[in-house]
Amino acid sequence: MQKLGDFKLPHFFNYPPYFTLQPVRETREKQIQLWKELILDYCRIQKIFVIRLEEEFPLFSNSVVERTLSHEAREAFLSALVAEGRAEWLDKGRRNCLILWHRIQEWADIIVNFVKDNGFEDSVMTVEEIRSGIESRGTELQGIDRTILVRALKLLEHKGKLAIFKGTSTDDEGVKFSV
Amino acid sequence: MSNFFSKAEVTSSGRPVLLHNEVECHLLSAVDLEPEDHRHFSLLKSGLLILTTHRLIWLPSSSASTPTSASAIPLAAISHIFSSKKSLKSVFHSPRIRFQVLVSSDGRVFDPSSGSGSSSGSGSRSVVVTAVIRGKGDCDGFLVKFWDSWRARAWETTKISSSGSGSASGSGAATGIGGGLYSSDGSVRMVGVAGILRKEQEMWESTDKSLQDAFQDLNALMSKAKEMVMLAEKMRQKLLSGTSSQTSGTNDEDMGSKEEMQDWLLSVGIISPVTKESAGALYHQQLSRQLADFVRIPLERAGGMINLIDAYCLFNRARGTELISPDDMLQACSLWEKFDVPVMLRKFDSGVMVIQNKSHSDEEVFARIKSLVTKPEALRTGISPTDAAMTLGIAPAMAKEHLLTAESKGLLCRDISPDGFRFYINLFPEIDPCNMYFVKDYGICSTWIKAVSTTGLGIGERSSTFR
Repeated sequence: MQKLGDFKLPHFFNYPPYFTLQPVRETREKQIQLWKELILDYCRIQKIFVIRLEEEFPLFSNSVVERTLSHEAREAFLSALVAEGRAEWLDKGRRNCLILWHRIQEWADIIVNFVKDNGFEDSVMTVEEIRSGIESRGTELQGIDRTILVRALKLLEHKGKLAIFKGTSTDDEGVKFSV
Repeated sequence: MSNFFSKAEVTSSGRPVLLHNEVECHLLSAVDLEPEDHRHFSLLKSGLLILTTHRLIWLPSSSASTPTSASAIPLAAISHIFSSKKSLKSVFHSPRIRFQVLVSSDGRVFDPSSGSGSSSGSGSRSVVVTAVIRGKGDCDGFLVKFWDSWRARAWETTKISSSGSGSASGSGAATGIGGGLYSSDGSVRMVGVAGILRKEQEMWESTDKSLQDAFQDLNALMSKAKEMVMLAEKMRQKLLSGTSSQTSGTNDEDMGSKEEMQDWLLSVGIISPVTKESAGALYHQQLSRQLADFVRIPLERAGGMINLIDAYCLFNRARGTELISPDDMLQACSLWEKFDVPVMLRKFDSGVMVIQNKSHSDEEVFARIKSLVTKPEALRTGISPTDAAMTLGIAPAMAKEHLLTAESKGLLCRDISPDGFRFYINLFPEIDPCNMYFVKDYGICSTWIKAVSTTGLGIGERSSTFR
């Protein structure tokens, strides 16, 4: 099977019409569905959190059939993800898109499990430690996008599971768990 | 009751089949033809009377019987035309045109094309025929044209020219043999000074004739000017009476004058705003039928579907001088749905308008497209409108319309790339988003994969690493 890095591509990735935004409604709906799934899968496996429309994105080009998604098509598929709550536009110009292959709530749950697994229930950690510390290696939290992490932490703070406090610099932002 | 008149041939759209060199001159609607002796012969009621250079043709109106009752009187059989008598009575009656027709031994109209060459042959009796004009047509104008056509004797010129062209090849050999002013078939030859003088003479005669024609047109123009004044007056009155007449209009007099006004406006070239309500002026009706006849052959050659613009160009080119406007063309095509003709106008979603046979079937075209697009080559690279055009036997622009329609029905998908605009068979319905990597053993998806993998395009074991 054809691959993109470690990612296995489905057979229809080489179907040229897949790369042209279809005008007929029914066909387009199916096409959008397939692209949404593909984008989420790819981002999850490759741990990609942000797609920048104006940069090259490997999934959006196929050198075998020599086709590339147009800007209009990319925007259409990402907007569909945003509408479903699986992505967010980071800017008004819709040039950068945050991909939530885990929803914020799911990330929050992962953090809670992480805390419980490592016995951090009453501890204090920096935000940076959560994403790049020794404990997080091999877990989903490793390398998590900072924006997403902070959002998840804020959600947990709202639920009273932790408290965020500022340090002397941004990197020192700390979290006190009370899970 | 047997038929007094000769039979006239008619096309499938109800238009008369014209003889060689025969040209239409005038039309009148709602005309009755009454032979004098109508106790023994049937009279023709309420039809269309067409004056040509060779004949008077009577067509039944569309609501009447089958086209087999279309009739004609050769102008050659007419021995006299009566001038119209304006009397007090004629103010109240419908106008009438009376003429005298030579009659053969069986009592029917003498047909000069059957057998004997001389027109004064067996027709010793004559019968008076009256044409009663119940419609609102230009009776006086018709009468003038009737006189002109009858005097012009166009059918005799035809005979001479046809016999002349026949002997041209014969006399080609004869010119070498001997001198003399007359060639073997009796026509005058152009040799020597006498020939030059004769040529001059003929030129004078033709110039004279065309001058006469030109002055005739001037006369016609002057009579039209009178009509124009009347028209302006009528229109003014119509405008003054306002829109109240449009809503009712059940009044016969009202409807009649509306139609009249329409015809007059049309003759000046103004499109009547009233056209939508009625079936269209007589002109458009006849044009519509003529167009339906004409377009049959181009349609066949184009494979059953022809662009409206192409048809317009072809039609005007065939007409030669009396060109029609695009608007007339559109009107004529729109009227087809009111008549029983085998063609129709069709508008695609893209806005392209075509003329196609009523018998044309979209389903059949889709079946052919489907079989084309599932061939191995087409599965790999798709098809372009040109490929479809070659297979379907129609113009590329028409083929593209069919492909777009097939796409809108979910049969095809488009692929736009630097290579151009191509279409593939639609695989999307077969793919399950919840199970994207699964391919059924049967079905179009697996067929596609097989076709694609034989060229090594794609589903091999190649891996390309991207970061």
